[in-house]
Order: sequence, then structure tokens, then C-alpha cells
Amino acid sequence: MENILEIKNLNKKYDNFELKNITFNLPKGMIMGFIGENGAGKTTTIKAILDIIKAYSGEIKIFGLDNQQNESKIKEDIGVVLDDMFFPEILTPNDISNTMAGIYKNWDTKMFYNYLKEFSLLANKQIKTFSKGMRKKLEIATALSHHPKLLILDEPTSGLDPIARDEVIQIFQSFIEKDDCSILLSSHITTDLEHIADYITFINHGEIILSKTTNELLDKYGIVKCGEKEFMGIAKKDYIKYKKNKYEYEVLVSDKKDFKEKYNIAVIDKITLDDLMVLMVKGEE
Amino acid sequence: MEIIISNSNGVPIYEQIKEQIKAKIVSNELKENELLPSIRTLAKDLRCSVITTKNAYEELVKEGYVKNVPAKGFYVAKINKDVVLEEQLNKIEELLDKVVNIAKINNINKKTLKEILDILWEDK
Repeated sequence: MENILEIKNLNKKYDNFELKNITFNLPKGMIMGFIGENGAGKTTTIKAILDIIKAYSGEIKIFGLDNQQNESKIKEDIGVVLDDMFFPEILTPNDISNTMAGIYKNWDTKMFYNYLKEFSLLANKQIKTFSKGMRKKLEIATALSHHPKLLILDEPTSGLDPIARDEVIQIFQSFIEKDDCSILLSSHITTDLEHIADYITFINHGEIILSKTTNELLDKYGIVKCGEKEFMGIAKKDYIKYKKNKYEYEVLVSDKKDFKEKYNIAVIDKITLDDLMVLMVKGEE
Repeated sequence: MEIIISNSNGVPIYEQIKEQIKAKIVSNELKENELLPSIRTLAKDLRCSVITTKNAYEELVKEGYVKNVPAKGFYVAKINKDVVLEEQLNKIEELLDKVVNIAKINNINKKTLKEILDILWEDK
């Protein structure tokens, strides 16, 4: 399968934080959820992809091209929503459309106004009168309206209520339905990702600790819950991490079915991405 | 067409999609040569990932219920009723095997089993 985004051995060092050998691929037409704690390196990675931060080692290819050498060509085909709003507050959506039409060759005014309508945003109102959710929607409308082939979304649903999140998620899905576009989406709201993401990439302390299809994680991984005696009987190679709670052990296993056949332990739960994050970050090996 | 997905019954979503489409093909609700929704459209409408619907279709193709016409889409294939029946009989045999095992472990006799079966049969 053709990759829209390829990251290989990306390194970036700060005084108190570093990205270590970040490596993952995003295939064409797929949605990848990018998860991790606050400060784990999600935004730094995204900024490196967008060439906003430099001075790293490693290779980033977008549409098969090096992201630094072909920056302007690549940017034409990328839609971005970053965590912090970047439009000046005195502008109106009308102004934004005019500005973007000057920047992007493929700017689609009609599409932009359709999104404004869909999101109930008034085109002649200044952004400073917009609520947080409205601003986010405006950013999303802007990111989508030049027919990008890759969408990079940093927390696009934060600040949105469940109804607005649902609307936005559906718009992302319609988007990849038509254009065979790919999406890299970082989010804390993991339930959004459980449904629509094809892949989950998990970053922790600047390192990728897991990058797999969502189905494999949700259908195969499991949490075994048991007492101390039972836990002692589990071979180290048969689990990934464990956490000792007051009344039980929680043990992360990579294949529920396999585990069930090997051990006689009654409680094996399905995992959610939240469970997975907590056990991967807080659990012991 | 109706497809009802449960997020909590433990069955993988691709399998739920596959089984429900299969049932519609067997019952003739989906007819031979009917065009199925595209992988992406189905994913959007079911609120699931593209890989999920892709897996479901791939399995349906593998099992012969659906055919993939490149650049056109997925169509309902001509199904062999005997093969379908055979598959269902295999499933029944598998389940009955478990039943017999439980009965033997607990010294429950054949007559009792048959009685249970009779009651269940009449109830439906």
C-alpha cells in the first residue's frame, strides 16, 4: 500500500525533552489516531512534519517527497488544524476566504461557504465574537477547503461538545470517502478514534511505543484481571504490562484468545484506548 | 439495507458486518449482482474505520458471497445454496458437540437432551 506520510528515525533534542527515533507510516486513504499523554511529543512530531520546527535528524516524506526540499509543493496539498488558533481575531470568515484564495491554488470558495453553512458560522462576523467551538469549526472548514490530500489535525475536537464532535467526525469521514485523502489526527478523546481510526500510533516520553491497526488493538488485546496468586503463575512473555491495584492485578495481554487457551483465568476484559494508554504509561513490565 | 452494530457484545465489528451482509445474501434480501456500498461509504455510514469494512468485504469475497470487480466495486455473487446449507450444518454440529460434552460430563442422558430440544423447537 502506498504511504502518504513516512517518518523514519526522527530525532529532536530539547533541554528537557527529546523525540527519539520516531518511525511510522500513514497509508493512503487511511485515518491514523495519534495518542499519548500531554507532553509526550505529539505536537512536536506534528510540527516537525509540517517543518515548523527544524534541526532534527531523520527523514520525513510526504507524498513520497522530502518535506524540507519540497515544502511549498507539499503545503499546497496539506490541510492543517493546530491546537492554537492562528487567525487574527479581527478577521471575518469572508476575509479568510479571500486570503486563502491568494495562498492556495486549489482554494474552493464554494466548498468553504458550504462548510460555514453546515457549521452555522456567519461569514461576515469577526472571529472575536466566535465561541471556542465555533473557532475550531472555522479552522476545520479552512483546512478542508483547498482539497488537501493529507489532513494533519492536532486536537481538532478539543473544546467541542459531543454533538459538535459528532458532526466534525462525520465530516472527516465524508472527506476521506470522496477524495481518498489521509488523516493524521491527534486526540485525547479516544472514543472518537476507536470508531473511525484505521491505525493507532501511541507516543510516550518522545518514543513511539506502538503503531498498529485499531482492530488489532481493540479485538485482540485484552485486560486480564486476577489475584496475586494467579498473577504469579503468568509467564513474563505472555503479558505486556501489569498494574497492581488495591484489590486486583490488571494485566495487559496482546492476544485475549491465546491467553484464554493457556491460562485458566476467568476475567479477561475488552480494552478501550484509555485503558491501553493508562496501562502502557503507568504499568510495570 | 439495515446493519446493526453493537460496540459491546465482544464480536469484532468487521465480523458483525460480514455476518449480517451474509445473512441478507442468503435470505435473498440482497440479490445476485446487486452493487454493495463502497468500502468508504459503508465506513462513513456505519461510523467505523475503513479497514473494518475492508476486512468484512475481503472475507465475504474469500467465502464466495461477494465478488470484487476492480475499478467498479463489490457485487453480490451467485451463491451455491448447497455450500451455504453445508456451512450451516457444520455450525450446528459444532454447537451440538459442545452440548453433548456438557451432557456427558454431568451424566445427563440423551432422552433429557431430546426433551430440551423439543421444548426449544416448539417455542420458536
